[in-house]
Amino acid sequence: MTAQELIRTARLRARFIRWPGRLGKTGTACAVVLAVAVLAAVTGPWLAPDNPTLPDLQLAWVGPAAGHLLGFDFEGRDVLSRLLAGAQSSMLGPLVVVALAMAGGAALALTAAWRRGAVDAVISSGMDVLFAFPGILLAVLATTVFGAGLTAAAVALSVAYLPYVARVLRAGALRERNQPYVQALEVQGASVPRICLGHILPNMSRMIVAQATVLFGYAMVDLAAISFLGLGVQPPAANWGVMISENEPGILQGYPLPALSAAVCVVVVVIAVNVLGERLLEREVTR
Amino acid sequence: MRFLARRLAMLAGSLLVASFVIFGALYLAPGSALAALSGGRALPASSVAILDQRYHLNDPFLEQYGYWLDGVLHGNLGISITLRENVSTLIGNRIWTTAGLVLYASLIICVLGIALGVLAGLRPGWLDMSTLVTTAVTAAIPSFVAAIVLIGVFAVRLGWFPALSSGTGGGFLSDLRAFTLPAVALALSSLAIVARVTRAAIREEAEREHVQTAISRGIPMRQVVQRHILRNAAIPITTVSAITVASLIAVSAVVETAFSMNGLGAYLVQAAQSKDLAVVQGISLVLVTAFVVVNLLADLLYAVLDPRVKLGARAA
Amino acid sequence: MTAPNQFETGNLLQVSGLRVTLGAGTVLRGVDFAIRPGEALGLVGESGSGKSMTARAIGRLLPRGARSAGTITFDGTDVNRLDGRALRGYRGQVALVFQDPRAHVNPVRRIGDFMTEALRTNAGVGKAEARAQAADMLGQVGLDAKLLARYPHELSGGMLQRVMIAAALLTRPRLLLADEPTTALDVTTQAEVMAILAELRRDFGLALLFITHDLELAAAVCDRTAVMYAGQVVEIRDSALLHDDPLHPYTAALAAARPDIGRSRARLRAIPGRPLSGSEAPEAACAFAPRCAHAAPGCEKELPAATELDGGLSRCLRAAQLRGTLGVSAGA
Repeated sequence: MTAQELIRTARLRARFIRWPGRLGKTGTACAVVLAVAVLAAVTGPWLAPDNPTLPDLQLAWVGPAAGHLLGFDFEGRDVLSRLLAGAQSSMLGPLVVVALAMAGGAALALTAAWRRGAVDAVISSGMDVLFAFPGILLAVLATTVFGAGLTAAAVALSVAYLPYVARVLRAGALRERNQPYVQALEVQGASVPRICLGHILPNMSRMIVAQATVLFGYAMVDLAAISFLGLGVQPPAANWGVMISENEPGILQGYPLPALSAAVCVVVVVIAVNVLGERLLEREVTR
Repeated sequence: MRFLARRLAMLAGSLLVASFVIFGALYLAPGSALAALSGGRALPASSVAILDQRYHLNDPFLEQYGYWLDGVLHGNLGISITLRENVSTLIGNRIWTTAGLVLYASLIICVLGIALGVLAGLRPGWLDMSTLVTTAVTAAIPSFVAAIVLIGVFAVRLGWFPALSSGTGGGFLSDLRAFTLPAVALALSSLAIVARVTRAAIREEAEREHVQTAISRGIPMRQVVQRHILRNAAIPITTVSAITVASLIAVSAVVETAFSMNGLGAYLVQAAQSKDLAVVQGISLVLVTAFVVVNLLADLLYAVLDPRVKLGARAA
Repeated sequence: MTAPNQFETGNLLQVSGLRVTLGAGTVLRGVDFAIRPGEALGLVGESGSGKSMTARAIGRLLPRGARSAGTITFDGTDVNRLDGRALRGYRGQVALVFQDPRAHVNPVRRIGDFMTEALRTNAGVGKAEARAQAADMLGQVGLDAKLLARYPHELSGGMLQRVMIAAALLTRPRLLLADEPTTALDVTTQAEVMAILAELRRDFGLALLFITHDLELAAAVCDRTAVMYAGQVVEIRDSALLHDDPLHPYTAALAAARPDIGRSRARLRAIPGRPLSGSEAPEAACAFAPRCAHAAPGCEKELPAATELDGGLSRCLRAAQLRGTLGVSAGA
């Protein structure tokens, strides 16, 4: 096969396999759930019927009523509105984490796979050290130093996820690196960034999408946990993790609905993402 | 033996770098190191002088690190700004709560998770199907969600377990009772993951060619299962279990907070909120060390179980 | 050879009308052959011909979901009716050697463990005695008894294959099913392993079913050779006669396609088209007809039955007509 043919075949491969194709019934169901969540995240604050942050203590803990499907939380705010408004930070946070982690991880993986040798060893050792920091711990450290808030927590989490992403993508990058079409491109004189970004990365796109989906689930859980701990999104801002934490006393007092509805939102989205991610990964592995 | 020495060296290296990062957090903070140490509070001049001296704030960075590291190795982790006590003492008071919680949860995960996975893996049928579905859902339930649900159902509604645990004392059985809900909350999603991985490992191993060889030689099925399927599947199963247990160390903070337990994790969060940097650094060090040590044990276990691994390989 | 469905006394193994379906496809569409005690029969075919599945059916190792019809008799007993202890006894009499030794030996157990397992479990032989027998057998295949303490990953592919053969022989089987035992090995090791197999056969009076895709190899090692195509046996012939006087066009094409060091040719001869698997083969026509150089219009209309010729067998509608014309030396 000539060099041209090699490159063309590889390109075709990438294009042909870019869309995961049939996801099956469960896969599509999960995709739908996710789409709803994304919609809520984008339009939530406008869709919310009531003010999600204005307290009205007279209505505290009041149960479901007409026009207020889920009742009121500990400060008398409409739970449904607060959930819709909270969708934004609850979905955006993990998205940022995933974007940063995947970008950073891909960069590290490509560099390590391309240069190999000493550079690879250094990057791998660095990643091993970073592995020692669980996400939540790093977030705690970061928020202590930089102050509590979504930014610090999100950045810390992406750094904590870097080693995992880098390790997984490195394996894929190495595999692509050793394919004949890469040699063909080198022989043609294509520049390294062009080969990596224009050819290797697209060929890994399925793996990247699958990993990103799974990672989103982890990020969502971790970020919600951090917000639950009071170190992420700060009240009175709306966020599902915050809602669980601030309404926890309600459970002890016999008003479980506010905290539970926020919890259900988190769990449903995480399940959807997990199942979808598992499905995508399966198809990636059986290729 | 050489394998062990090498891994220990890597562990020491990891910890060194980690301690450097933890220490360096002080300097990443916006503003001066002093501001970070004091948590942004205004301090009288005498306190400033003490801090200057204790942390050698006027010395170059690496020397400061040296002093700090020296202190750490001698058990001196600094002083809490808020409580004005030795951090090491504060940690010592709380470490057994956390250790007990993590141990209890690990037991639940390893015993229940693996048993469930083995049963589901060996017998296709309704048990397998139901396990698959329940674990898919349970694996997605974060610990703090599990915590509040468990509190709502078992503590408030049924009253079988106390909702809030206030430390140890009161005898072993009452401790066990107080720790059960938190341990289950902590263990739940990990249990699902371990069960799934176990099931998958068993399934995969049962399809392998060497199992066919054993069957073809007339070895009774029961022995095939024990000596070939379970024994081989033990490799990925124990590895995942060990790594899962390691992950409990950080998540325990969330559960401790939800149940108002007086453990290291909860204290870490409080210290973070009150910007008590010395405490945060101290506890972080302890948690990172524990995490790295458990991971090392996972690697060692892997090497023991799989004779193909000799020097320098790593688990998963 | 008599009509396939009658059991002929004296045959160690008799396969009659073996059909195997796996899922939606039929992998074996009626396989018939017999092996006498101490005889070596080669089973040759390309990928998809069903030769491995035949061995698995004989060894009662069919994959889950596979269903079989037809009879397999060993020493007069219907193999498919065996269960429990009787089945384990049968497994001791019929030993399997597989293609990829590295995948077929448990990597976490020592060689000694691997070899003595069957003896200690089924025959109740004590540990020390079993090890002694294993050490002895290792010697017979040209390996050092020290290997008993090693792990599989410490041995080369060739050594592992010899270990597998030695292990298979420990239970003193009467029939050895070897599924491409040398395909995964390099040529020199191949020759060694084949030599060992031949020697052991003589020493132990073993019958052998030797499965391979290499026609020449089978013919060199076995007394008779059977050729499979698309899930059926299309020819059985004495190996000595196979190359020069094949009975079936497929065999002739296989023989001609192999590069011969003695002949010089500008181009290698390939058989046009690609081999069919059992599930793709038509029910009422000769499966090889589209690729056959000797096909006649009638070949696409009727499934050929087995014709006996000259002590052999051919599944060809034109077998009698093509008799004697298919040999390479006949200038095909």
